[in-house]
Amino acid sequence: MTHSLQDLQQPAVSSKVFIQRDYSSGTICKFQTKFPSELESRIGKQPFEETIQTLNNLYAEAEKLGGKSYLEGCLACLTAYTIFLCMETHYEKVLKKIARYIKDQNEKVYAPRGLLLTDPIERGLRVVEITIFEDRSIGSGR
Amino acid sequence: MKNCEYQQIDPQALPTPTPTPPPHHGNDRDEKEQPRRPRRKWEVFPGKNRFFCQGRIIVARQSGVLPLTLGLILVTSGLFFIFDCPFLVRHLTSCIPVVGGVLFIFVVITLLQTSFTDPGILPRATPDEAADIEKQIDNTGNTSYRPPPRTKEVLINQQVVKLKYCFTCKMFRPPRTSHCSLCDNCVERFDHHCPWVGNCVGKRNYRFFYTFIVSLSFLTAFIFGCVTTHLALRAQGGKGLVFALQEMELVICFFSVWSILGLSGFHTYLVASNLTTNEDIKGSWSGKSGEDVTNPYSHRNIFVNCCSVLCGPMPPSLIDRRGFLPTDESAQTGSADIEVPALAAKSEINVVGGSSQLTIGLQEPFSHAPTPSQLPPNLFLNLTEALLLAVALTQSAAWLTVMSWFSFSCLMLSHI
Repeated sequence: MTHSLQDLQQPAVSSKVFIQRDYSSGTICKFQTKFPSELESRIGKQPFEETIQTLNNLYAEAEKLGGKSYLEGCLACLTAYTIFLCMETHYEKVLKKIARYIKDQNEKVYAPRGLLLTDPIERGLRVVEITIFEDRSIGSGR
Repeated sequence: MKNCEYQQIDPQALPTPTPTPPPHHGNDRDEKEQPRRPRRKWEVFPGKNRFFCQGRIIVARQSGVLPLTLGLILVTSGLFFIFDCPFLVRHLTSCIPVVGGVLFIFVVITLLQTSFTDPGILPRATPDEAADIEKQIDNTGNTSYRPPPRTKEVLINQQVVKLKYCFTCKMFRPPRTSHCSLCDNCVERFDHHCPWVGNCVGKRNYRFFYTFIVSLSFLTAFIFGCVTTHLALRAQGGKGLVFALQEMELVICFFSVWSILGLSGFHTYLVASNLTTNEDIKGSWSGKSGEDVTNPYSHRNIFVNCCSVLCGPMPPSLIDRRGFLPTDESAQTGSADIEVPALAAKSEINVVGGSSQLTIGLQEPFSHAPTPSQLPPNLFLNLTEALLLAVALTQSAAWLTVMSWFSFSCLMLSHI
C-alpha cells in the first residue's frame, strides 16, 4: 500500500470544532471547558481541559485589574494616551505569551494526534478553533 | 487490531490560513514577478469603515461633522489665544496661556484618538464558524413552521442576559455588544455612535472619549471664565448697547458650557455605575419591567468601576487591519478608501438650554441590529444622518456665532 508523498505532506481537513466563549463570569475572555464529543477519538479529556484552563488563566492575567494595570492606565491618561503609540501594553505582552503557548501545545500534544489549535486572536477572541485532520492510517489489513 | 498511526503534522506546512508577510518590503507595485501584490486585511474589510495610512487609521464611513468639531475647537481656542491671552497676561498672570495650551493639546489629541481608533470592532464569523452555529441552532430548534429563535440565554453573576444572533456578522453577539448600523460592525461594549467624532464609541476608545469631553468641559469653562474676566476688566462701569450685547453673549455662552458639562456629568455617572449609554437608554438594568434586575457587570464599588473602565488594561484590536491576507484567499468586496483624510470634527457642544438629552436620544437608533423586517436601511440611514447633520450644523453655527461676537466685541472694545 503506497501513499503519494503529496498526501503525506498535506493532510486533508476532516472537520473543525469550535470551543465557544463562557460568559458566566461576565465579559472577560474565558472559554468553555466542556469536552466536545468530536474529539473523543483523538485526545483525552484531561490534556484538552488542561490546555483550555491554561488559556483561560492567561487571558485572566491579561485582563486582571490590579496595581500594575491601574498604574499603566493612569500614566497613559496623564500623557493623553500617547504612550500607547510607543509602548507595548501588558495585554499585548500576554498575547505573545499565549501565542507561544499555543505553538508549544500544537507541537507537543495536538499535532501528534492529528489536531491543530488556532490562536483565538485570529478569530477575534470568539472561539478556539480545533482543526481535525483526516486519519491517515498506514499499514492496513494487519 | 488495526494499528492506526497518526501522522506527525508539521504545523508550518498546513493549508490552514496562517498569514505570513511577503519576503519583499517597500513598494509592492514594482514587483512584476508576482501576478498580484499581497493585500492587507483592511483592504477587504467588510464593514463600512474607511482606512488611512495603510490601515493605521480607521474612521466611520460618514465622518461628516468631524472637520467641523476640530474647526470649532481650533477657531475658538485660536481666538482666545490671540485676543484674550495678551490682555490677561498683562493684567493678571502668564499662567493663563500655559493652562489653556495644555487643555487645548489634551482636547485635540484625545479627539483624534477617539476618532481614529478601532472602537472594539468584532470581526465577522468565518464561514466554518457560521455553519457550526447554524448547525447548533438547527439541532436545538423545533420542527414547527416558524424558524427557531435566534437568542441564547446566559447567566452572568446570577443575572439572566439574552444574547442575540447577528445576521450580518453571523454569530451570537457577546454581552454588551451591539451592531452599529452606520458602521455595519458589531462593536464590543457599544456605547453609542458619536457623529461629532465620526466614529463609534466602544470598549477600546471609551476612555479617549471620556477624557475628551472632560477636558473639553474644562477648556470651555476656562475660556468662558477668561473671556468674562477680560470683558469685565475692559468694560468696568460701561453702559449702553455694547455692554448689553456682552451680557447677552455671556448668557448664551453660559448655557453652552453647561451643555458640555452636563454631558461630562452624565458620562461620569455611567462610568461610576459601569453602564453604557445604550444600556442606560434602553433601561436594561433599571428594572423598568418590574423584574428584579441589577447590573451584572458592576463591581458594586464606584472607585473600582471607574478604574476598570478608565484605567483597565487596553484591549487589543481584534480586526488586525495591517495583517496580510493569505495569497490563496479570494478577496471579498471591501470598503477601502485610500484618500487624504478630510478633517471631519464634531464637538460635544450642544444647543443652548442643555440639549444633551437630544444628542443622546439621537444616538440611540444607531445601535439597533439590522433585521430583515426593518425599513429599507438606506432610506432610514439617510434620514437619520441628515437629521443629525442638521442638528450638528445648527449647534455649530450657534457656537461659531457666539464666539465671533465675543471676539468682535473684544476687538471693538480694544479700540475704545
